[in-house]
Amino acid sequence: MKREIPILITLIFGVFMIVQFFIPHPAVNDIANRLQNWAIIVIAFSYVLGSANILRINGELVYRRGPGWLYKLVLVIAFFMMVIPGMFLGIGEGTWTNDRLFTNTYIPLASTMYASLAFFIASAAFRAFRVRTWQASVLALTAVIVMLGRIPISHMIWHDLPNVVDWVMNVPNAVAQRGILIGAALGAIATGLKVILGIERSYLGRE
Amino acid sequence: MAHSTLQKLEKLDRRWVFLAMALAVAAPLFFKIGLAPKTTPPVKEFYDYIEALPPGSRVLCSFDYDPGSKAELDPMCISVLEHLMDKGHKPVVITLWSTAPALIERNVNLICRDKYGKQYGTDYVYLGLKEGREAVMVAMGKSIRATFPVDFYGTPVEQIPLMNGVENYEQFQALINVSAGYPGTKEYVQYVTTRFAIPLLSGASAVSVPEYSAYYQSGQLKGLLTGITGAAEYEALLGKPGLALIAMDGQTMGHFVIIAFILFGNIVYFFLRREKARG
Repeated sequence: MKREIPILITLIFGVFMIVQFFIPHPAVNDIANRLQNWAIIVIAFSYVLGSANILRINGELVYRRGPGWLYKLVLVIAFFMMVIPGMFLGIGEGTWTNDRLFTNTYIPLASTMYASLAFFIASAAFRAFRVRTWQASVLALTAVIVMLGRIPISHMIWHDLPNVVDWVMNVPNAVAQRGILIGAALGAIATGLKVILGIERSYLGRE
Repeated sequence: MAHSTLQKLEKLDRRWVFLAMALAVAAPLFFKIGLAPKTTPPVKEFYDYIEALPPGSRVLCSFDYDPGSKAELDPMCISVLEHLMDKGHKPVVITLWSTAPALIERNVNLICRDKYGKQYGTDYVYLGLKEGREAVMVAMGKSIRATFPVDFYGTPVEQIPLMNGVENYEQFQALINVSAGYPGTKEYVQYVTTRFAIPLLSGASAVSVPEYSAYYQSGQLKGLLTGITGAAEYEALLGKPGLALIAMDGQTMGHFVIIAFILFGNIVYFFLRREKARG
């Protein structure tokens, strides 16, 4: 019963959410709204669960002096430093949490992490874009054209370069993206049906 | 060229690459190039759509990005708010990213309150964050009041004049999404535009745009801003040079460095292969 009841709940609610889409009746809409609000509450609660999990795993490692425990300790301290002032002092403009912790600490750290990508991309481009095969040549050439076409002086290099880049983005790129999107959508439908019908049960965890 | 030299160049220490990139992106701080990019059709259409809205239109703005994408998307968010303020539109701002609320609040206050001196609650509203991703998008289609019962500051939406008569997406003339990924433009197209018939305009980080260009072509997006370049084009159209136009110099130099390293890597590879073929 531990597995059958969740599968039955999934089946009933899954089928209902599909069917309600085709029944524009206020009573059906009302139930669907209620279920969607439940979903929002469950997702919000997953943050609480996630936080508790982070604390449990990292706290245990710190307590046991496990590998990299000092970093885990920093994580646990940073966690409480953000959560406790945020809960009691608020997170709006002018609060200590916002100004000191978020604006002056978290934003520069996150921006630095993201900005460092530029350096790794340059290094990776140097090593990866070797024209070893004709496919690699097409990839490298396209990369160079798109990069040149995306800078303000592209039309000075060649007046038609921005148009070439537009063609690359609007024709070969869009065609490939559509294929991926349609494939992914069909995959999502298939997975959804498998979950609703109880064929796919990995969300229930191990036996 | 000696074989050993070529081998050394092929395995060039990555720190040289980092140094070259650092110098390239830092150079514009001292030597300004100051070039504006050519306006592309997706940006022009984005701009024209906002221009064509009747004055005083209520526009739902979903700004969904984190501090990591701030450098790329903040200029876009600021320009969008400025454009809306210039035209007398009334933005209702939300975010679906848990790390965004403080970032967005700062931009909203900076533009709407400080720069344009607009009245909170009458001319603009900031509803803040609602966690729940696609579920929130769909729930707003049924009832925005139920999804966001209070604004960012805890004021019930019933007490906010701009929210009078707002029930769902139908009371908005457009939806503008500035997005760094999931949940963002893709989910708004999939869950909102087709189902609730609200025109969607998108500004996205450059890495996401190849995926979104299919939606732009199909007409599901009424306009599309691509990364910092799109933001710079938009700033140029608005006639308000800002952070994006400044950043274009750094981006130009950065692109040149990457291209130079691709060419350099291939020249070394070519000579090395020729040496190997000669034995």
